[in-house]
Amino acid sequence: MIQCKTSKEIGGMGHSVKRKEDDRFVHGTGKYIDDFTLPGMLFMDIIRSPYAYAKITNIDKEAAMAIDGVVAVITGKDLEQYNLHWMPTLMSDMQMVLPTDTVMHQGQEVAAVIAKSREAARDAREAIMVEYETMKPVIDPFKALDDDAPLLRPDKEGQKNNQAWHWEVGDKEATEKVFNEAEVVVKEQMHIPRIHVASIETCGCVANYNKIDNHLTMYMTTQAPHAIRTVFALVAGHVGLTEEKIRVISPDIGGGFGGKVPVFPGYVIAIAASFLIGKPVKWIEDRSDNLTNSFARDYHITAEMAGTKDGKILATRMKVLADHGYTDAAANPSKFPTGMFSIGTGSYDYPTAFMEADAIYTNKPPGGVAYRCSFRVTEAVHAIERITDRYALEIGKDPAELRMQNFIKKEQFPYKSPTGWEYDSGDYHAGLELAMKTVDYQKLREEQKELRKQGKLMGIGLSTFTEIVGAGPSKDFDILGIKMFDSAEIRVHPTGKAIARFGTKSQGQGHETTYGQIIAEELGIPSKDIIVEEGDTDTAPYGLGTYASRSTPTAGAAAAIAARKLRDKAKKIAAYLLEVSEDDLEWETGKFFVKGAPEKSKTIQEIVFASYTNHPQGMEAGFEATHYYDPPNLTFPSGAYICVVDIDPETFDIKVRRFVAIDDAGNIINPMVAQGQVHGGLTQGLAPAMYEEIIYDEEGNAINGTLMDYLVPTAVESPNWETGHTVTPSPHHPIGAKGIGESPTVGAPPAIANAIVDALKPYGVTHMDIPITPYKIFKKLKDMGVLDKPITE
Amino acid sequence: MIPSSFDYSAPTTLEEALNLLEEIGDEAKILAGGHSLIPMMKLRFAEPEHLIDLSNVPGLSYINTEGNTVKIGAMTREVDAEESEELNKLFPIFKDVGKLIADPQVRNFGTLGGNLAHGDAANDQPAVMMALNAEIEIIGKEGTRTVGIDDFFFGFYATAVEEGEILTAIKIPIPDGKFGSAYHKSERKVGDYATGGVGVQLTFDSSGTCTKAGIGLTNVNPTPLRASRSEEALVGTTVTDEVIEQAAQFASEDCNPSADLRGDEDYKRRIIKVLTKRMIVKAKERAFS
Repeated sequence: MIQCKTSKEIGGMGHSVKRKEDDRFVHGTGKYIDDFTLPGMLFMDIIRSPYAYAKITNIDKEAAMAIDGVVAVITGKDLEQYNLHWMPTLMSDMQMVLPTDTVMHQGQEVAAVIAKSREAARDAREAIMVEYETMKPVIDPFKALDDDAPLLRPDKEGQKNNQAWHWEVGDKEATEKVFNEAEVVVKEQMHIPRIHVASIETCGCVANYNKIDNHLTMYMTTQAPHAIRTVFALVAGHVGLTEEKIRVISPDIGGGFGGKVPVFPGYVIAIAASFLIGKPVKWIEDRSDNLTNSFARDYHITAEMAGTKDGKILATRMKVLADHGYTDAAANPSKFPTGMFSIGTGSYDYPTAFMEADAIYTNKPPGGVAYRCSFRVTEAVHAIERITDRYALEIGKDPAELRMQNFIKKEQFPYKSPTGWEYDSGDYHAGLELAMKTVDYQKLREEQKELRKQGKLMGIGLSTFTEIVGAGPSKDFDILGIKMFDSAEIRVHPTGKAIARFGTKSQGQGHETTYGQIIAEELGIPSKDIIVEEGDTDTAPYGLGTYASRSTPTAGAAAAIAARKLRDKAKKIAAYLLEVSEDDLEWETGKFFVKGAPEKSKTIQEIVFASYTNHPQGMEAGFEATHYYDPPNLTFPSGAYICVVDIDPETFDIKVRRFVAIDDAGNIINPMVAQGQVHGGLTQGLAPAMYEEIIYDEEGNAINGTLMDYLVPTAVESPNWETGHTVTPSPHHPIGAKGIGESPTVGAPPAIANAIVDALKPYGVTHMDIPITPYKIFKKLKDMGVLDKPITE
Repeated sequence: MIPSSFDYSAPTTLEEALNLLEEIGDEAKILAGGHSLIPMMKLRFAEPEHLIDLSNVPGLSYINTEGNTVKIGAMTREVDAEESEELNKLFPIFKDVGKLIADPQVRNFGTLGGNLAHGDAANDQPAVMMALNAEIEIIGKEGTRTVGIDDFFFGFYATAVEEGEILTAIKIPIPDGKFGSAYHKSERKVGDYATGGVGVQLTFDSSGTCTKAGIGLTNVNPTPLRASRSEEALVGTTVTDEVIEQAAQFASEDCNPSADLRGDEDYKRRIIKVLTKRMIVKAKERAFS
C-alpha cells in the first residue's frame, strides 16, 4: 500500500530504513545524562516529605553536614534570599522549588544535599532531621470544594476555594434541549486513573555554572530544550542568568513520554546549587522519587450520550473534575487548560455537544503530564468510546454497526466538529472495515454466542478514535506566549553530504532516521548521508520540542519546506550549469534534467558542489536553508482497534486473545519505525487499561510507590499486536503525514475496557473503570450480587 | 536506591564463614544470591553492617540423588533447579515454580537456600518444600542438624536457622509408588509476589488410592502454610471430583490471608480454592502419566 518514490539507495519516504541511532544504542555507546562527568562535579540528593500536608517547624542540618564529603544543605529559606523558592509552571500557576514553611504533597522536595559523592549525599539525606506539624490533607477531589476543606493555595490572590479554574466549550442550552427530548440517554461516571510514564531513564541533570564568564551549561533530560532555556531565563534572569548565558543540552534520552516536558524543582535546585557553590552539580532522580512525583491523567468524567432508539447519535455531554494536585503544572498550550479534550465528540457526525471541566487543587503531586498523548486526548477518547459502547448496549445494537452508522463520511471532510475543530481528513469506514475483516468480526460474534451458552466469558471491544495532534497553528497555540511552530535547518556540504538540525528532541522516536528520509525524499540526497542533530540550544534552531505527536506535523513539515527551498535554489544552479531556462528543467528525485533530453542532467551532488565552486554571479553561495513551520491546522490521525478477551470465570484472569490495530496516520515516512511506535504505544495503552494506577490512601500516601506495586506491563503481559493501516493523507501537511506516536496509547484503553465490559455483559455489567483487574471484576460482581451466577445469553 | 555502608567478606570455606559469623554476631548477614536482601538494603529497610558472601565457598551448589532422597545444595541457583532434568523428572513442580519466581535475572542469581532462609511467606519455594515434605540441613559450630520443613518457618523473616548458623542443603524424599507434583500462583503481573499460590504433591498406591498428600500455600498466612485438612481429605481416597472440591474448600477456609493491593480476604480465599483444585488435578494427572 505504501509506494516509494525514491530508490532504496536514496531511502526517502516509505522505506523501512534501519534506525541510524540504534548503532550506538546497541553498542552501549549512547550518551545519557548520567554518562556526563565534569571536573569537580558534586552530587545532589533531595530530602522529601513523608506527609501530604504539613508545616515544617524545623530543619536540622547539623548531622548531615557532619558526614564526610557533604558540602551544603540547601533549604527553601536559603533560596528565598534570592527569590528562587517559587517558580512559574508552564500553565502560569506557581510551584515551590523548595518550601519555606509548608509541604503540599507526599514526596515534595524539602531540602537538597550537595556532596562530593552520590553515596555521601544519600547518607546525608537520611541524616537531615526535619520536624513537621501535620495537617489534615485534601485528597478526595470530590471533597476539595466542601466548606470545611482547608484553602490549599492562600498564596494565590483572590483564591477563595480549591478550584483552580473552570473551562467549557460547546452549546450548553442546545445540548440540554437535545438531551431532554431524546428517546435514549445513557450516562456513566468514569475515572481515567492517575498514572506515571515510568520511562527507563529517570529525570536528571548536570548544572554547570561558570562564575568567571557568568555562563550556565545545563545538561538535562528535557523534551523541549529551547522552551526550557527560556523558562530558566524567566526564572533566573533577575540574578543575572539571562538567556544568552544559558545553554541547554539534551543528550540521548531514555524515554520521555511527556514526563520530561515540565520543569521539575530538582533541575532548578541543581542550578541554584551550582550557582551558589560555583561547581558542576549532578542530580539523578531516584526511581521511587520519579514514580511518585509526577503524574498523567486523573480525570473524573461524567459522560453522557443522547440518541434515537435506532442508533443515531444526537448529542454528547461531558463534565470533568480534574485533580491537578497542589498546582497546575501540566504542559498544555496556554489557551487550552484541558488540552485537546474537546476532541471528545469523537469520530461521529452529530451537531450538538457540551463539555465543561473544573480543575481542583488537592494535596497530591502536581503534573497532568501529557503521557504519550496530545494533551488530554486519551481522556477524551476513552470517554467517547466507552459511552458509545454504552449506548449500543442500551439499544441492543452491535457496537460496530452503531459506529458505521454514525461515522463522519469521508466526503464530509474537512469536517467542522461541534466543539470547533476542523478535522482535516479521514476514512473511518475503511479503517473499521479492515479491522473487522482482519479479526473476522461476524465469526467472533457467533463464537461468543456459543461460548456464553457454555458459561464462558469472552468479549469483543472496539475503539474507533480520532486523534488531534501537531500543535499547533500560531493563532491559537502557544506556551507562555511562545508560538508552537517548529523548525529545521539544513546545511549541505560541498561534497553533497548534509547536517540537519531541529527544534524538536527525540527520546526514542527515531528522528535521526526519519527526518533524514524526509530530506532525502525532497532533495534526493541519500538519507544515510544526512546527519540529524537536536537538543543543543546553541546550535539547533529554536523550536518547542517533541511531545503531543507534534514532531512530524511541525518539524517534519519544516524539513520538507526547507528542502524545497533548497530545491528551488538547485533548479537555478542547474539551469545555469546546463545553460537552459529554469522552465526547461524537470525534477526527478536526485537530479534536474532538460525536458526531452534526459541525458542532459545535473545531479543534486553536482549542483551542491557548484553552489560552493561555480555558482551564478549574484547568487548567494552555499547550500543552506532554514524554515520555521507554522501549521495551518492540526492533523487528525485516526484508528480502528478491535480487542478480543477471554476471562477465566473462576479467577477472572483476563487474557487478551487478539488485538488488531488499524491506524491511519496519513503518509508514512518509515513503516518499520511507525510499526515500532505502534507496538510501544499499544503496550502503553494496555498499561492503564489493565495494570497501572497510582493509588493514594486518605492521608495522601502513595501506597504503590515502587515498581513492585505500580504494575508496568512487560513483554509477558503484552499480546501479539496485529497492526495494519489505511492511508488518508493530511491535505494541508507538506508531506501528507499526520503523526503516529500517540494514537495507539490513546486508542487502546477503550478497546480493552470495552472488550472486558462486553465479556461481562451476561452479568449486567455496563461499565468498569480502568485499570480493570481480576480482583476488580471479582469485587464488581460481588457488589452486584451476581458472583458465580449461571450466565445465559 | 543506595544502601548504607557495609563491610563485605567472601570466605572460601564454610568454617571460615562460621568463624566470621561468630566474630561479627548479629550485625552479619549471609549473602546467598542477594535478590531479596539487596533490594531491602537499597531501600534501607535492611542495614546490615557486614555481608558474608557464600559464592566462593565450593561444594554448595549441586543436585544429587542419594538413595531415596534428592539433595540440593543451598547455593543452587533457582535457574539450575528449574532446568535440572534429573530433578524435574521426579518433581516437575520445580519447573512450575521456576517460571513464576520473579524474573530470569533474579532466577539466574537467587539461590534455593537464600530463598528459604529469607523466611518470607510470600516466596514461592516454601510452599513447594511443604508439598514435597523437604528437610533442611543447617550447619553451625556444633555440627550439622536437620530440621523438617514444618519446623523451619517461625514468623516474619524468622526461621530455624539460628545466629551463627548457615543453611547448607535441602533434602527431598522420593516417595514410593506413583507420585506427581504441581505449583501455580495467581499474580498481578509477571514477577509479582503471589496473590495466592498452591503447591501440591500426591502419592498413589497401585490401586490408585492416595497414600500421601502434601499441600503448601503461598502468601496467605504470616508464615508459609501447610493445608493439613486438605491433605487429610485426600489421603485414602481415589481423589474424585467431590474429594477435590472438599480439599479445596478446606484450604480456602484454613488460610489466613490479609487484605492488600492484591485483593481482600474473600478474593484470596477464592484464589486459593481455585488453585488448590487445579493443582490437585494437575498433580494427579502427572502421577499417572
